[in-house]
Amino acid sequence: MISGIVTPLLKNGKWAYRLSLFACSAGLVLSGVLLGRIGPRNESFSFMMGHFPAPWGNELSVGPLEAVLATAICFVMLLALLGGRRDIFEDVLPEKQKLYFIMMDEILAALLALTYTNDIFTAYVFIEISTIAACAIVMAKDSSATMVATMRYLIMSLLGSGLVLLGIVLLYCITGHLLFPNLQQRVLELVATGQYAMPLTVVVGLIVMGLGIKSAMFPFHLWLPPAHGSATTASSSVLSGLVVKGYIILMIRLFYKVFTIEVIRSLRITNMVFLFGLAGMIVGSVGAIKEEHIKRMLAYSSVAQLGYVFMGIGLGTDVGIMAACFQILVHACTKPMLFGCASALSAGRHHNKKLYALRGAAYENKLAGVGFTVGALSMIGIPLFGGFAAKVFFASATMAQPVKMWMTLLTLALSTVLNALYYIPAVTALWSKPAEGEAGEKQPADPTFAVSTVLFILAVFFLGICYQPVVTLIQNGLALL
Amino acid sequence: MENLLINHYEVAAVILFGIGFLNLLLQNNLVKKVIGFGIMDNAVYLFLASQGYIEGRLAPILVGETARAADYINPIPAGLVLTGIVVSVSVTAFSLALIQRLYQKYKTVNFDEIVQLARQKGDE
Repeated sequence: MISGIVTPLLKNGKWAYRLSLFACSAGLVLSGVLLGRIGPRNESFSFMMGHFPAPWGNELSVGPLEAVLATAICFVMLLALLGGRRDIFEDVLPEKQKLYFIMMDEILAALLALTYTNDIFTAYVFIEISTIAACAIVMAKDSSATMVATMRYLIMSLLGSGLVLLGIVLLYCITGHLLFPNLQQRVLELVATGQYAMPLTVVVGLIVMGLGIKSAMFPFHLWLPPAHGSATTASSSVLSGLVVKGYIILMIRLFYKVFTIEVIRSLRITNMVFLFGLAGMIVGSVGAIKEEHIKRMLAYSSVAQLGYVFMGIGLGTDVGIMAACFQILVHACTKPMLFGCASALSAGRHHNKKLYALRGAAYENKLAGVGFTVGALSMIGIPLFGGFAAKVFFASATMAQPVKMWMTLLTLALSTVLNALYYIPAVTALWSKPAEGEAGEKQPADPTFAVSTVLFILAVFFLGICYQPVVTLIQNGLALL
Repeated sequence: MENLLINHYEVAAVILFGIGFLNLLLQNNLVKKVIGFGIMDNAVYLFLASQGYIEGRLAPILVGETARAADYINPIPAGLVLTGIVVSVSVTAFSLALIQRLYQKYKTVNFDEIVQLARQKGDE
């Protein structure tokens, strides 16, 4: 059990694709074992890193929620690498491929660390590691578009991490602790005595802002579409499906384990997050409608989907945050599949990723066409697909709060329509008969891509139909945080 | 007002943080952006270091017999500053390398010009 937590953290410096895959599968198996062990027994524990006891040493903490998320992270990472294999070897310079996989491993390690860590400064260090590695995998394609996108991404990330760092330092100054449980104790004391009320608000604000910038919360989302749209397939999948989620997971854990959700609610930070989430849902969808480039369209749709997550957090209730966690899982399974299929479809059209160029491309690569269709339907929220279950949870989560309920339901309806407005034309274009002379050549079958797409499709259906066990795990996990 | 004078390190640190933040956000010159980032991070370290230092106490190094803990400064803030410095050095190195690549390609470090040039070339 202990190795299940420690090994993912130590995995760095793998030198090739196979080793990288091995790392993911090992992480997957170990997190799966961990999940199997603590899921049914519904318990959580902390593990001491190094040799110093609690107030000085470094700790990890694990509960069902962390185990579910870590398993999902390893699963998606593995499939994204499998699905994007051909593009990685085409897009990345041969002598840099080695380094590319090191960066991927680092992202995996950093994400797992963000999910498990019990120490706020460790969290900061891993935020920075994942930032650098994420910038590096965007840049790996080495074209002018990706370099400019990387620069933009880097600048925004640095602003975000500066704010997080200041927030953490202020928090340390008013509490004197770095570990989550001690912090929580002190924060509750501070709230009870009314001491340092202002600095505490500022701290929460800074941390939410910082993590929000890094995970493309609405007013700060502009860096995301170019970065995710221009990178190579596996990078886009991992960035969109996982990296932005890492910061949100950390935010949720901080809300529960450090500030406690009651304090957050009383500071009214959730209302801000809620509004930003709603705005993000609309703005992201509108951006996607206007976009012709299929990968940038998917990236804008990520902004919208992250809006859902922030909306769920913004509700400030356990049910809302449960819905947000579920949405994280659904989106992590769906978006990498969409990216993978989109690039597989465009491979037959000389990598032209404009939507009009892809007319009828689904006939040349049927599996990718099916995958894209399943992903799109799930994003729109058709019953039986994962996205539908997530939307139902969001809708039912709002029932307790009348004002937010109307806003949420209206925005949900509107954004569903908007999602349909850009996904349905894309899907129909893919399946319509190609015009004369437009048809591309058939692509040779790619077994790894097939495996990953089929598994992703199964995962989307699993989350859409048998969501109950997952939801129970998330609920237990949140209760234990 | 008096509080501001007593806590002059903290005040200076917050002002520096603001300067760095705005530079990082608003500067067009990429190198100046990185400098802004440096100022911002160092402001945080100044803040942390000044919080961690207590007038009249010893550095936390034990020589010979152990003394009372109250005689020493808490070493954690200093440790945090060191970790933070390592992080910001690596981030700075990474961004400077990226800027160098952009400069080789476009012969300018002005971000607006680079964006325009990239657009002229036709994205992808």
